[in-house]
Amino acid sequence: MNHALIIGQYVPSNSVIHRLDPRTKIAIIFFFVIFVFFANTLTSYAVLTLFAVGTAVATKIKLPYILKGLTPVWFLIVFTFVLHLVVTKEGEVLFRILSYPIYSGAVEQGIAISLRFFLLILVTSLLTLTTTPIEITDAIETLLNPLKKIKFPVHELALMMSISLRFIPTLMQETEKISKAQASRGVDFRTGPMKDRIQAIVPLLVPLFVSAFKRAEELAMAMEARGYQGGEGRTKLRELRIEKIDILAFITFGIVLIGLFLTRA
Amino acid sequence: MTNSFIEFRNVSFRYGKDQPWVLKNVSFTIDSNEWVAVIGHNGSGKSTIAKLINGLLFPQEGEIIVDGLTVNEHTIWDVRKSVGMVFQNPDNQFVGTTVRDDVAFGLENRGVPREDMLKRIDVSLGQVGMSDYLLHEPHRLSGGQKQRVAIAGVLAISPKVIILDEATAMLDPKGRLEIMQTVSHLRQAEQLALITITHDLNEITRASRVIVMNKGEVWLESNPRDVFSRKEDLLQIGLDTPFVATFADELSRQGIKLGKQPLNHEELMDELWTYHSKM
Repeated sequence: MNHALIIGQYVPSNSVIHRLDPRTKIAIIFFFVIFVFFANTLTSYAVLTLFAVGTAVATKIKLPYILKGLTPVWFLIVFTFVLHLVVTKEGEVLFRILSYPIYSGAVEQGIAISLRFFLLILVTSLLTLTTTPIEITDAIETLLNPLKKIKFPVHELALMMSISLRFIPTLMQETEKISKAQASRGVDFRTGPMKDRIQAIVPLLVPLFVSAFKRAEELAMAMEARGYQGGEGRTKLRELRIEKIDILAFITFGIVLIGLFLTRA
Repeated sequence: MTNSFIEFRNVSFRYGKDQPWVLKNVSFTIDSNEWVAVIGHNGSGKSTIAKLINGLLFPQEGEIIVDGLTVNEHTIWDVRKSVGMVFQNPDNQFVGTTVRDDVAFGLENRGVPREDMLKRIDVSLGQVGMSDYLLHEPHRLSGGQKQRVAIAGVLAISPKVIILDEATAMLDPKGRLEIMQTVSHLRQAEQLALITITHDLNEITRASRVIVMNKGEVWLESNPRDVFSRKEDLLQIGLDTPFVATFADELSRQGIKLGKQPLNHEELMDELWTYHSKM
């Protein structure tokens, strides 16, 4: 049971992208997602693609691994492309498939939209591939900090996220234990009609929930005993710091944006 | 001015108005720098004592004084600065996602500056021999290791008393030994009082004083040797005596009188191999 459990799809490494401050990554992705929709010429798309692929290479994660992570969305990308081919009726007729006309505008649109889609998903998955969940939590906490002014419970939200992350492996081990215990008492999870299998989940979930509540209660007591009294006056061990590489990343991204606006029509 | 660090004055406690009393008129004192073991059967009120000391619960009657402060809603945060507590379940008190984060939790709560925190984490992890596991996640640690991290987390805030509330109950024999060794090592290195709450008589041998609880009352307050010699009485309140004590008892029934009540295997062996020469 001692195997390292990777939460999310984080791949440990020491690449430049891994070392960036999570806030930098989130901010750049946020703007990238917006500016993807500004591209409208071949070269402007090339600029954005170059940036995304360049970043992917810089993560030092094997490219096939990254692409494998995109498997669930490949279908969506292809589907969007085909839909555009069939529906859009702009430009000249390029060729006919079984006497159905395919327009040049449709091909262009299809490629553009699918490419946008691909870029968006590639870049966001690079975030989760190179950033631990806890780093993302920290980044969200600092980025949401201004919301404290309108009494939004930022610290509590971040604490909830980090405690959930902490307990995922624990609860998974527990699920495994309970399912073995129930299987040994004759509960069958694997065979039989769907209805029976869903019913077999109940004796798994009930003890799991009971123990999760018990854990929560004990954890709350332990936290209180260790002097937890809310976010007020708390210091933090994990520290986010904007370093030189973060500034370099922003500059690089700025250049890409300038390139984008110069090349768009 | 007495030397007592913790004082219970006629404390009674129950969880609700129509519930039975968990503690009935309990009074005792614990000095600073003393190791006291609180032992009792399940439901004897021993864990309630721990929760009362640092204000997780409040008594209905009587008074609890910790380090000169009466424990109430206004003083709990100050009281908790000097009282460190380790609970039974190693998993349910591990807050951080890594060992380092968990030890930091108590320090963060107290607003300790980051530089200071890093130093204190290093020192306290060193004290429990867990320095090599700084960045390990909890699910990669054994139960005993998790409890050692919990002790480190408590040590980091430099408390004046550490309470182990059945901290070894869920561990295997190896983990149990780890914790007991860590704790006795700390006792020698640090100036602090120690309260171990347990239902295992094997764990009281190193304590300087033992408080035996039964049905919410202090049943006996004595030293480990004396407690061990009252086998019959202990059995009556549901505590099983360790093998060494049972063995010594059986010997005396057979007419072999040992010099003193042995506390562990070593003492028993010494008694036995010197037995003949003492005759």
